[in-house]
Amino acid sequence: MQARARLGRWLVSGPPVLYLLVFFAAPALIMVLASFRTPGDFGGLAPLVEDGRLDLNLDSYARFFTESVYAQIFVKSVWYALLTTLFCLLLAYPLAALIARSAKKHRDLLLLLVILPFWSNFLIRIYAWMIILGPNAALAKTVNGMLGWFGHEPVPLLFSSFAVLVCLVYVHLPFMVLPLYANLEKHDRALLDAAQDLGAGAWQRFWRITFPLSLPGVYAGAALVFIPALGIFAIPDILGGPEDSLIGNVIKQQFLETRDWPFGSVLSIVLTVAALVLAGTAAWIGRGSLGTPSSAEAARA
Amino acid sequence: MGLWAAALAGYAFLYVPLLIVIVYSFNDSRLNAEWVGFTFGWYDKLFHNQDMLLAAGNSLLIGLTASAVATVLGTMAGMAMYRYRPRLLSILVLAPIAIPEILMGVSLLIFFVLLNLTLGLVSVALAHIAFCIGFVAIVVRSRLAGMDESLTEAARDCGASPLNAFRYVTLPLIMPGVIAGALMAFTLSIDDFVITFFTAGAGTVTLPLQIYSMIKIAVTPEVNAVSTLLMLLTLALIIVASKLSPSLLGTDEEKA
Repeated sequence: MQARARLGRWLVSGPPVLYLLVFFAAPALIMVLASFRTPGDFGGLAPLVEDGRLDLNLDSYARFFTESVYAQIFVKSVWYALLTTLFCLLLAYPLAALIARSAKKHRDLLLLLVILPFWSNFLIRIYAWMIILGPNAALAKTVNGMLGWFGHEPVPLLFSSFAVLVCLVYVHLPFMVLPLYANLEKHDRALLDAAQDLGAGAWQRFWRITFPLSLPGVYAGAALVFIPALGIFAIPDILGGPEDSLIGNVIKQQFLETRDWPFGSVLSIVLTVAALVLAGTAAWIGRGSLGTPSSAEAARA
Repeated sequence: MGLWAAALAGYAFLYVPLLIVIVYSFNDSRLNAEWVGFTFGWYDKLFHNQDMLLAAGNSLLIGLTASAVATVLGTMAGMAMYRYRPRLLSILVLAPIAIPEILMGVSLLIFFVLLNLTLGLVSVALAHIAFCIGFVAIVVRSRLAGMDESLTEAARDCGASPLNAFRYVTLPLIMPGVIAGALMAFTLSIDDFVITFFTAGAGTVTLPLQIYSMIKIAVTPEVNAVSTLLMLLTLALIIVASKLSPSLLGTDEEKA
């Protein structure tokens, strides 16, 4: 019986484990190995063994740490991701609070309305901002009209850091709303009523009760926004100017244009480590209240 | 009152951009700048654009294959995660969802090239299956969590083999979750840009890749038309999926 149960377990979990070992874990390991290799003459990797010598070195890591341009791009990516997280939090809080406070029968619909845009195509959501921020669109004309009034040179809205940030916030907003809502929904209203009875004003009730209680949701949302925002390449690629290149764009460039796999792998590993460290930190600050599958699920679903 | 205003602004921020794309897809002007007049012309052009039709066909083929395989593997993974709580499987299933997509894209690119697998429909489908498994597994697991496990046990006690107990008791009960997972996987596959971008190679085009090359070169309202259709398709699928599996909304009462 014991043996049969074990067989059953392997029959059920074996195929997905095998698939993901081959098509997720193995590629990840190969990328780690690639980061210690030398780039080939025509892109890709140099032969593993040449003249009896094994091709393993730290050259690409050394390059990352000596050529300051890459560290700068990395810092810029972290900065953009932080700003994105902050703006998402500011926009998501009222949304999540409203949904949590509304009647139970409306909640599903209100939540669905937050999630639906997330399920529309990623590129379409970027493209929409190309239209809104385009030079001939009403927004750019209004802004530049006002700037002209003050004797200011017209500014392009599209292909700018502004466009990149707006779209980063736009794309990641649902990731912040969901964990925040999941947290706010559980709050006990009696706490707020008690505070009010004791004379606390609206701001005081928010800052001293609601906000501290919602911190696990804030950390969960922050991790879910920050990590994907850090690795983004399509948004700066489409909406950004030349100086808006982020770490994702450099990775793309290394793999598809320069074809320097080892260096591209190093950049990818640095990105992974940064994402893991930050997720770990958020989980640690949140005291185990996130990093659990349920918070990740809530956000993606 | 202030809360309502702020939340309304939030919803407007989420929807106005998408509505603009839809509205301009009916605009009788080459420029996406102001409303000129109503036309179906861009849709007509779209359905005569051979590149676009080819891309749509590829997307459909990849989406159907990837979602079919991912649904089978993901259902198995969801059941294993619910029954046995295996560590390795849980990490393998959730990690592709948690890390930035670009990492999976580039690591699969290296992998396929080193294996001498020509990049194309097959490599894209293999990659899509890998990231879809997790989503199906999560939906199926939450469906199982809302189910009465004693039903399967009763079937076993009555002498059903494990396979029959699964086929006649468990599977019908989790079917809404399985279908919801399949719809999600199909949507994710048909919408994916980043991982497809790295694993498709030079010769293969899917709808998102076609949209990407169009908006990189020149913005034409044809993009609005294809975007509108793609949006309608995926939104319809997701609404159906969320009806079948309310846990997709993260408001599953039974789960809590």
